[in-house]
Amino acid sequence: MTDSRAHILNRLRHHELTPQAKAPVYQKPLGLSKAHRIKSFTDKQQAVRGEVVLLKGSWTDWMDKHFKDAHLLVGTGELADQASDLKNLSEISQYDQPIESWKPNLFEQIDVSITTSHAGLAESGTLILKPTPQEPRLMSLVPPAHVAILDANRLYDNFAELMSAEDWSEMPTNLLLISGPSKTADIEQTLAYGIHGPKRLITLIVNHD
Amino acid sequence: MNQQQAFEQRIDEALHNAQLRQNFRSAMDGIRQRRAEQFPDEAQLQALREQVQSIRSYSLQNQAELLEKLETKLTENGIQVHWAANPEEANGIIADILKAADAKTVVKGKSMVSEETELNHYLEEQGLEVIESDLGEYIIQLAKEPPSHIVAPAIHKNRVEVAELFQNFHPELPYTENIDELTETARIILREKFAKADAGISGVNFAVAETGTLCLVENEGNGRLSTTAPELHIAITGIEKVIDKLTDIPPLLEILTKSATGQPITTYFNMISRPRQEGELDGPKAVHLVLLDNGRSRIRWDDELLDTLRCIRCGACMNHCPVYVHVGGHAYGSVYPGPIGLALEPQRLGLDKAGSLTSACSLCGACGEVCPVKIPLPKIINRLRAESVNNQESSTVSGKGTLRHTSEAWIWKLWSISYSSPSLHRLVSWAGTRLSGLLPKKLGAWTNYRSRPTPAKCTLHELVKSAGVAND
Repeated sequence: MTDSRAHILNRLRHHELTPQAKAPVYQKPLGLSKAHRIKSFTDKQQAVRGEVVLLKGSWTDWMDKHFKDAHLLVGTGELADQASDLKNLSEISQYDQPIESWKPNLFEQIDVSITTSHAGLAESGTLILKPTPQEPRLMSLVPPAHVAILDANRLYDNFAELMSAEDWSEMPTNLLLISGPSKTADIEQTLAYGIHGPKRLITLIVNHD
Repeated sequence: MNQQQAFEQRIDEALHNAQLRQNFRSAMDGIRQRRAEQFPDEAQLQALREQVQSIRSYSLQNQAELLEKLETKLTENGIQVHWAANPEEANGIIADILKAADAKTVVKGKSMVSEETELNHYLEEQGLEVIESDLGEYIIQLAKEPPSHIVAPAIHKNRVEVAELFQNFHPELPYTENIDELTETARIILREKFAKADAGISGVNFAVAETGTLCLVENEGNGRLSTTAPELHIAITGIEKVIDKLTDIPPLLEILTKSATGQPITTYFNMISRPRQEGELDGPKAVHLVLLDNGRSRIRWDDELLDTLRCIRCGACMNHCPVYVHVGGHAYGSVYPGPIGLALEPQRLGLDKAGSLTSACSLCGACGEVCPVKIPLPKIINRLRAESVNNQESSTVSGKGTLRHTSEAWIWKLWSISYSSPSLHRLVSWAGTRLSGLLPKKLGAWTNYRSRPTPAKCTLHELVKSAGVAND
């Protein structure tokens, strides 16, 4: 192994190239208003069958109404505390133990999960998720429906703007950009939704006014 | 059969398969249209191409340093890095990791590099169960075929062919030719595999040196499942995929998804920087990265051919190639088909093994125009074509000159002599017009698809003279 490492690096150094500076960063016009960002995010999500709701009341009321009798998965953060307000769901499970101890249940029994999101991107209609011990990675992936709460004040124009606004020098274990429900076009280039990840992605936008 | 004859036979079969041609034609027309819609502003597109070309060139110029930086950062993050000079070594490394973890079943995300190493075959020989989980890859795994396109591997199959495959392998599930229902069938079959797999294997689209981050671009979620659900994740990628900074990602991602499938962004962009940390409840407990050379470092020795390595594997070149659209990916018989295959495979494998590929090009230039990282594909293909018949010392490509035919070389030699001497040229063209009756009806491959050219009754010189034009 060490031999191949040295061998490859030697071959790469065998022919030194003249380094050239990188071209200037391509910047599209920025500076969308908050209302424009919400509209763009919504339009782009809907174009790929993502559902977007400008949440008026609490998420628990919305969930009671739209996921009646469903089996909900919550993490162990703030949303889990609020979940005690839910009245109409059949069951609420908490993701509070390592996946190994309940993997088959996660894959077979959960109908819908709810998570927060780190930010959103207006231009591409993208949710940014930074999974944590309180909201693990598989929450936004395995259940057939994923509901994500997005703070409208955390909407950025695009990926480049988000990166420049935050310190990303230390990356988390996993960071995700999610733009709509799972989809494929592998058969005859025809779009079909819900192949492996969630069949439905619903963004509940809060602080939208 | 030599490589040229084998290639021609595959092309012949593809051209006579009406269903295959129809499948490609309709798929390619759609994909080109969708790409074009994503780039309404020509000036913006060109600015973006300039920028990503420069990002990729910078990565290649500083490749050794960036790979060392990537290794250092990944190691700090807890991801184990392995270096493989060739496919055998890469496969061996992966098999050893799986064995040490006592893994028996593996789910795979899409990886063209693993096609290069024929990893599935290798692991299956070791007694492992390997399941391709990308829908297109799963379809061709059932059909025991290689991918026919680097982004849409089962693009050569239509819904009926897929329905029959699913029926053969899963007779317990209801037969359907409806694409939504076929998708649901695949979901049901593969979910069980994800839930039970011991390990996941994936490719990498970009490896960011600065932060030690492996980035995966996908729509289905199988890449995320393969890299999150099992306890072990092994990623494999070519050494050219390293990039310097996280801020290089937004333009690269944008131009990749728009060029590949005409989407403004894919459903998932998955950035992996660590294995599961203390307190985290899921994700693999161990993550490995295998960096494969397999001929790439030599490509870098030539300042022009080096551009081949900028490729971000979007497939736009094949989508826009008139040859690819007619013959499809399998006719090439190589891992990478289409224009990038013509440029890459002879360099990777040697002109003696894959030099014939360079003949599958009309030099129309479409690939060079759409390439998001501005690889001068027509120029590279033309050069490799010349090097396959010319044994120039300066060439760094192995197998140079091996496709040279003495008879062809003599024809060109005589051609060049006659064109450098006016009197000889006059004599030869005079003889050509007067003795045209002696030309055989069949002129080898040339007349397979064309009629034999008939020389005029007299030469252009004679015509001009008889018209009274003064000869300066």
